[in-house]
Amino acid sequence: MTNLEKYNQAFIENFEVTEDQLPGLKYQDVEAWDSVGHMGLIASLEEAFDIMMDTDDIIDFGSYEIGKQILAKDAYGVTVE
Amino acid sequence: MNRIWDLTAFEDRTALLDENGGSTTYGQLQAEGAELVKAIGTRCLAFILCRNSIGSVLGYTAFLNHGIVPVMLNSHLDNGLLSRLLEAYAPEYLWLPTDQETQFQGMEKAYEAREYVLLRTGYEKRYPLYEDLALLITTSGSTGSPKLVRQSYENIFDNAQSIAEYLRLDETERPITTLPMNYVYGLSIINSHFLVGATVLLTDKGLMQKEFWQFFRKAEATSFGGVPYTYEMLFKLRFFRMDLPSLRTVTQAGGKITPELHEKFAAWAAETGRNFVVMYGAAEATSRMGYLPPEKAVEKKGSMGIPIPGGTFALYDTDGNRITEPYTTGELVYTGKNVTLGYAESGEDLIRGDERNGRLETGDMAQFDEDGYYYIVGRKKRFLKIYGNRVNLDEIDRMIKAEFQIEMASAGKDDHLYLFMTDRKKAEPVREFVIEKTKLNPAAFKAVVLDEIPKNDAGKTLYSELTKYYA
Repeated sequence: MTNLEKYNQAFIENFEVTEDQLPGLKYQDVEAWDSVGHMGLIASLEEAFDIMMDTDDIIDFGSYEIGKQILAKDAYGVTVE
Repeated sequence: MNRIWDLTAFEDRTALLDENGGSTTYGQLQAEGAELVKAIGTRCLAFILCRNSIGSVLGYTAFLNHGIVPVMLNSHLDNGLLSRLLEAYAPEYLWLPTDQETQFQGMEKAYEAREYVLLRTGYEKRYPLYEDLALLITTSGSTGSPKLVRQSYENIFDNAQSIAEYLRLDETERPITTLPMNYVYGLSIINSHFLVGATVLLTDKGLMQKEFWQFFRKAEATSFGGVPYTYEMLFKLRFFRMDLPSLRTVTQAGGKITPELHEKFAAWAAETGRNFVVMYGAAEATSRMGYLPPEKAVEKKGSMGIPIPGGTFALYDTDGNRITEPYTTGELVYTGKNVTLGYAESGEDLIRGDERNGRLETGDMAQFDEDGYYYIVGRKKRFLKIYGNRVNLDEIDRMIKAEFQIEMASAGKDDHLYLFMTDRKKAEPVREFVIEKTKLNPAAFKAVVLDEIPKNDAGKTLYSELTKYYA
């Protein structure tokens, strides 16, 4: 699986959305992306990419796009494209 | 005239502060509340569609202090349930966020303040209200039934006073909201802090949002409450490494926290000079019944503590005999002035008086140790706590069977509900139905397809046979 596929999969599984809903998707856009869903998403991404995210990055992770920027940081080095 | 809080006693102190910079003093809350109730006139029933916002709290305090009986509901309540509640209780007024006004076409606007609007419903039916009835609130996780808990003025005042006493609250406290105010635990934080003139910080943002922590730091929050799942999230957020100099106290209720997390937060509190307070309660007891004094948090790991000031606990065995030996399991019975009047299922029940006489059979099975500290060990009835919300498994089964006419059984543990059924094609629709009805995050629900639902010869479901799928 490519990084993009892994990344998308984490959203699709946790929020029960389809791939075409992902661009522009933000926290609380769908009911499942609440605090509980957010924790599930972070756990899935940490597992998929074998990383451990910082508090600030977890709470900054407010949208599908911002998440990509966060993962691209040196600390994680995950390029999703 | 004020039935609960003496708001004028704290005249110039800030009562509320919101994340957008909005604020109100106690004096303003008193004055604006008086204007609002003037638009209503006499004692009657009113629904509040709650948010953690100034308008919502303004309506709540004004109604309670002036004898208007509010029904506390979430502003994001399912429309179907809201319609059923409107039909069942026929309130005279609705107090709701202005941005939701268009949902109620044909109702007359009677007043507007602080981004909230008062609508006159026009229902002709008027149900008489029992003189001590103060407010109505759902048990923590309603799955669509219009059942409400009836709380009296004495219930609310007494419980708030007890909480303020055991948490040693004073006017320097600044609790930040982490729970909705239509949830008894969230509401009890407002109730108790308004007795001492503290400043409540209002936000609907969650722990997983940057804006929450920005507001927390800027407004120098001193405390917050959380359900067990909140503590899992905090742990995941590496909360122990966060720099939060203003924080003094964190409280936990809404279900039993795991002993591991209890230990971690108790140790953190001891090391950093904070208070970690595990508490126990229910909507039927207004809010709180027990608390673990913070200085015992490490020593009494896994315990929910002792009765709150003014309350008592006792355990009874299945024959109704009082248990006197430590480490013996029995049903926990609480007595105190905060035990509520009873339930209501429709407007006709609002005239009913006190049906519990200060005694509540909690349905929780518990033990006490040799020092008199209580430990919840199970439940008499089939329900789970999902993210702090009570979910009745028998009610879930009934709803599913009525909707789908299938063989099924629900079971599970807190935060994990399993739906067992035999029809593979129904698995996903049933799961989605339950998510829709409970309005809880899908992560809590799992559908499992079995060849058959285990039953005894009499046709009764053997729930014990299902534990192997989730234990």
